[in-house]
Amino acid sequence: MELIWEGLRQAVKLLFAGDPEMIRIAFLTLRVSGTATLISVIIGVPLGVFMALQRFRFRNVAVGIINTGMGIPPTVVGLFVSILMWRYGPLGFFNLMYTPTAMIIAQSLIALPLVTGFTMAGVQQLNPKLTLQILAIGASRRQLCWLLIREARLSLLAAVIAGFGGVVSEVGASMMVGGNIRGHTRVLTTAVVMEVSRGHFAMAIALSIILLALAFAITMSLTKIQQRGGGR
Amino acid sequence: MRKKMFLLAVLLLLALAMITTGCASPRADQPEPTPTVPTAAKEIILATTTSTQDSGLLDTLIPMFEEKTGYIVKTIAVGSGAALALGERGEADVLLVHAPAREKLLLESGHAITRDLIMFNDFVIVGSAEDPAGIRGMAAAAEAFAAISAKESLFVSRGDNSGTHIKEMVIWKQANIEPAGNWYIETGSGMGDTLNIATEKQGYTITDRGTFLSRKEQLSLDILVEGEATLLNIYHVMQVNPEIFTKVNAAGSQAFTDFMLSPEAQAVISDFGVDRFGQPLFFPAAGKNVEELGK
Repeated sequence: MELIWEGLRQAVKLLFAGDPEMIRIAFLTLRVSGTATLISVIIGVPLGVFMALQRFRFRNVAVGIINTGMGIPPTVVGLFVSILMWRYGPLGFFNLMYTPTAMIIAQSLIALPLVTGFTMAGVQQLNPKLTLQILAIGASRRQLCWLLIREARLSLLAAVIAGFGGVVSEVGASMMVGGNIRGHTRVLTTAVVMEVSRGHFAMAIALSIILLALAFAITMSLTKIQQRGGGR
Repeated sequence: MRKKMFLLAVLLLLALAMITTGCASPRADQPEPTPTVPTAAKEIILATTTSTQDSGLLDTLIPMFEEKTGYIVKTIAVGSGAALALGERGEADVLLVHAPAREKLLLESGHAITRDLIMFNDFVIVGSAEDPAGIRGMAAAAEAFAAISAKESLFVSRGDNSGTHIKEMVIWKQANIEPAGNWYIETGSGMGDTLNIATEKQGYTITDRGTFLSRKEQLSLDILVEGEATLLNIYHVMQVNPEIFTKVNAAGSQAFTDFMLSPEAQAVISDFGVDRFGQPLFFPAAGKNVEELGK
């Protein structure tokens, strides 16, 4: 128990002293996971809407793949991204291994099925008559999509929250493609793993608390927007 | 109103990404590399063992090297087995490892071009103070392992193909034992984590002295067997062959090797840990022969 207090004390100390190493790690965490979430939203939301509205062959298989992807182990994504990005891998000439960019790519792949799945479920949940109604007023295809997205915004924000939560807490892929390099690719989760293996338990707890606080702050602001917008 | 809120959410996310992208330029405090040299040539990938990172030694040495030479070192701390595998594939420029037999293989296959002795410490067998297998004070590691296996006392293995794990397997072989059963568990983790597990389960394990000393305070484990000549733990720096792997930073790995062999770095190694643990974690060995170590 005293270890947790010690960790809390250290967390407060780190935060108030403005420890530059800690700030750098926290900012990198936000930058990587924030960008990855953004990318997954840009791709995942249209993809989710498309999957919800369109009927095509093997659609069930596609939905099954997305649903499986929602629970894909980040380590597996990390391994495949590593193999692609290694110097002598197929994408090696980009020189991306052990960079924040590689981490963003891996995390985007982790968040993408989450965002797509939640969006798809949200749009499908809408009353099917709504689509007919909107089309009946003479809306174009694009207007229809936009209106449906607006109607499903509660689920869309859930999708963003799930995507961000999934990647900010992920450690396997970040460790593998980032390498936990001090000053380059060390994020909060990989730092926690390292501090535990170094036996700096209080430091690990402090970093965990900072990670939790960060995740809570972001998720809370998204939730606030979600709940305010949804109060009918 | 609702549309506004949705827009706000999107904007927030965008802003978040932008702010953080702008703020987090990772090496703002470092001098800019000279414009004539492309950044990639200034980066060195160092694949090394967990013990050098977990003990904190590299946190002291790497910034010194970076400041002196302007290179940026990307340290990938994995087991020695994985580090050597990265070298074999040309995915690292320089290696700092402790698995002598495998290192020689890499040198013979031509994937590495140099192998320089840097430092050493030794392996020790640790366990709970009760010592259920009664190995305390035994002179030979193989004898101690045989006793543990005969008593079926819990043994916690790294199981991760690291230098320490490879050493452990050599000792089992000397004792003519194929370790298996409920008494033998493999963590698949680094030395620090494995020591944590050995403490929690009050089992035996083999560790390098450096990591053990740096972790001693949080552990309830004693050194039970030490001192046998075969228990030496020797670290070499190896340069990956730039002729096979053209993407290898040859100048950078040469500079890192030179630095590790320099009196400056060797002095840091010999002092490292003395202030906190009362004794050094590693002993410098540049320019020595393996045969004269530990004497």
